[in-house]
Amino acid sequence: MKRKTSYSRLVVRGLVYLVAVLIALWILIPIYLITIAAFSPKDVIYSWPKSLFPQTISLETLKFFVSAQYVLPSLRNSVVVALLTLVISLVIGAPAGYALARYIFRGKDIFRIMILSTRAFPIVILSIPLAVTFMKWGLYDNLISVAILHVAMALPTTILVTSSVFVGVSKELEEAATVFGCSRVQAFTRVALPLALPGLAASAIFTFVLSWNEVFAATILTLQNRTLPARLFIQLAASPLPFRFAGGFFILIPAITFMFFIRRYLFSLWGITLK
Amino acid sequence: MAEIHVESVRKTFGKVKAVWDVDLTVHDREFVVLLGPSGCGKTTLLRCIAGLEQVDQGRVFIGQRDVTDLPPRRRQIAMVFQNYAVFPHLTVFENVAFGLRMQHRPKDEIKKRVQSAAELLHIENLLDRYPSQLSGGQRQRVAVARAIAVDSLVLLMDEPLSNLDALLRLEMRAELKRLLREIEATTLYVTHDQVEALSLGDRIAVMRDGQILQYDTPLNVYDKPADLFIGGFIGNPPMNFLDGEVRTEDGRLIVRTGGGEIYPPPEASAVLSRLKEPSVLVGIRAENIETLSAPAEDALQATVLVVEPLGSHNLITMQLGPEQIKVNTDADFQAQPGQTIWLRLNTDKIRWIDKASGRALDYDVSPQS
Ligand SMILES: Nc1ncnc2c1ncn2[C@@H]1O[C@H](COP(=O)(O)OP(=O)(O)OP(=O)(O)O)[C@@H](O)[C@H]1O
Ligand SMILES: [Mg+2]
Repeated sequence: MKRKTSYSRLVVRGLVYLVAVLIALWILIPIYLITIAAFSPKDVIYSWPKSLFPQTISLETLKFFVSAQYVLPSLRNSVVVALLTLVISLVIGAPAGYALARYIFRGKDIFRIMILSTRAFPIVILSIPLAVTFMKWGLYDNLISVAILHVAMALPTTILVTSSVFVGVSKELEEAATVFGCSRVQAFTRVALPLALPGLAASAIFTFVLSWNEVFAATILTLQNRTLPARLFIQLAASPLPFRFAGGFFILIPAITFMFFIRRYLFSLWGITLK
Repeated sequence: MAEIHVESVRKTFGKVKAVWDVDLTVHDREFVVLLGPSGCGKTTLLRCIAGLEQVDQGRVFIGQRDVTDLPPRRRQIAMVFQNYAVFPHLTVFENVAFGLRMQHRPKDEIKKRVQSAAELLHIENLLDRYPSQLSGGQRQRVAVARAIAVDSLVLLMDEPLSNLDALLRLEMRAELKRLLREIEATTLYVTHDQVEALSLGDRIAVMRDGQILQYDTPLNVYDKPADLFIGGFIGNPPMNFLDGEVRTEDGRLIVRTGGGEIYPPPEASAVLSRLKEPSVLVGIRAENIETLSAPAEDALQATVLVVEPLGSHNLITMQLGPEQIKVNTDADFQAQPGQTIWLRLNTDKIRWIDKASGRALDYDVSPQS
């Protein structure tokens, strides 16, 4: 009897690992292929059959990509938009999340639902009228307008995620802070905020990646000042193969490094270790 | 240090009367324990005094100053929370220093004060650690050290020992008592543990359903409970309550109870004779009953049901007429279930309780200050 249960547990465990590995591979294999292609010289990219292991590593393809005249400016645009989006949505979203977590107020549930329902509008439908509006405001083809739209897209999740982060920070801790001399605001900045930082960082990562990857709105709202994905979206179909791989790699890398950087930095605070 | 004075304070949550018309005065340097069952409003009253809860009605004074409308930080209080509430992102040192830092004390003064608070609580070697690296008992000490490090007028403690295991609790209890005597703080201490209350308090305020039922010294609360509830809530085992019938025979007042008769002392007789109904509850603690192996004129006949040896004494449950009664005897007292025994109640220690109201007959109004 005992043997059987430990045996079946083993099987279940094995299956779980198998599925996890499959999912990981499903994501990692394309990343891997893009990466080795980006570091291969042109003739290797065009050759067939492909080898799974790079024979020669060269920066030729990447150099070719970077030297294209629009790449570096739009890379800069992407970073600016993503950071703007991150900062604005945290500055607006974190207090809203805090209010949802800490206070009982009239219409709280409706507020919560309305936040979510903003996600029900497809960005495709929103973008055209927004483009018109931004033109009127003189914000068309301006990075701010892209950031504003990205904030609108990110805000619902930022609010809901930060609210659950603040729910996780005991109210008693803030009360203790007020007893020992803090005003409400000081209690927030000295106790609730530092404790919520890891969660806020996770939310920030999410926002950053969302903005970094967003193509459609960025394409519609800009002409000259395109973000990298928007630029590549237009350009890639008409580009040679090495260029596409290098472009894919460029889109991928900053998001991944940003994630790893923030994750390591914040989780290592307060002794939470990555296993 | 200063006195705490609470005047007809009310706090409701929706329909729940968490605190209802409470008056309470804690004298300068006094140690008062708020005792009561879960949900009776102890924490709410403490939070009203701390300013963490806005009172619906009534005033709160700390050291003669009306603080009712002041935020917590302006009340000069220190508090130990039910779940410690030590800051997880700060080291023990910074936790203890928190209040001092908020007061912008000079660095060396902070250091000195943290050091001495830490020494009082024996956590001086833990100062560099984070709370997650501490045991429950150590975290507890940090919470207490943080509270005593600041110059507060009063110290509020909400079940500070409730999360500790029995042994640690016993140890911390003794330490707290020593500590608070040393720093001469005016303290209001919440607990639902009656042993803690009896052993720590200068006075005990017994609460139920948002009200204070009795406010008196531990000895009086134990010996002379104001009502049925307190007699049953405090003491282990709880006070015995027997049905009694008051009558007069040959000009002498007697009470028939437990299948026999007892003779109240003169003062009690005076009160009993004024009863409208002839029935009364006879409240008597287990240790105020004497066991006899032979019948006597003023002894009641009982049958042994259960004998529980408790080391220092035996707890015996007996059938006395229609009721059961618990009696403490010496540890070497021998008895078998089924055996017949005679009990003599110490009539000076009996609480005579009005059946209708549940209040003790001689208990008019509980002294509030
Ligand atoms: N924030 C709140 N909202 C609604 N009801 C509350 C709130 N706080 C307390 N209550 C209610 O008020 C009553 C008193 O609660 P309180 O926490 O003061 O009890 P307590 O005596 O401290 O109990 P315990 O010994 O379990 O800690 C309870 O009925 C409780 O349900
Ligand atoms: Mg409580």
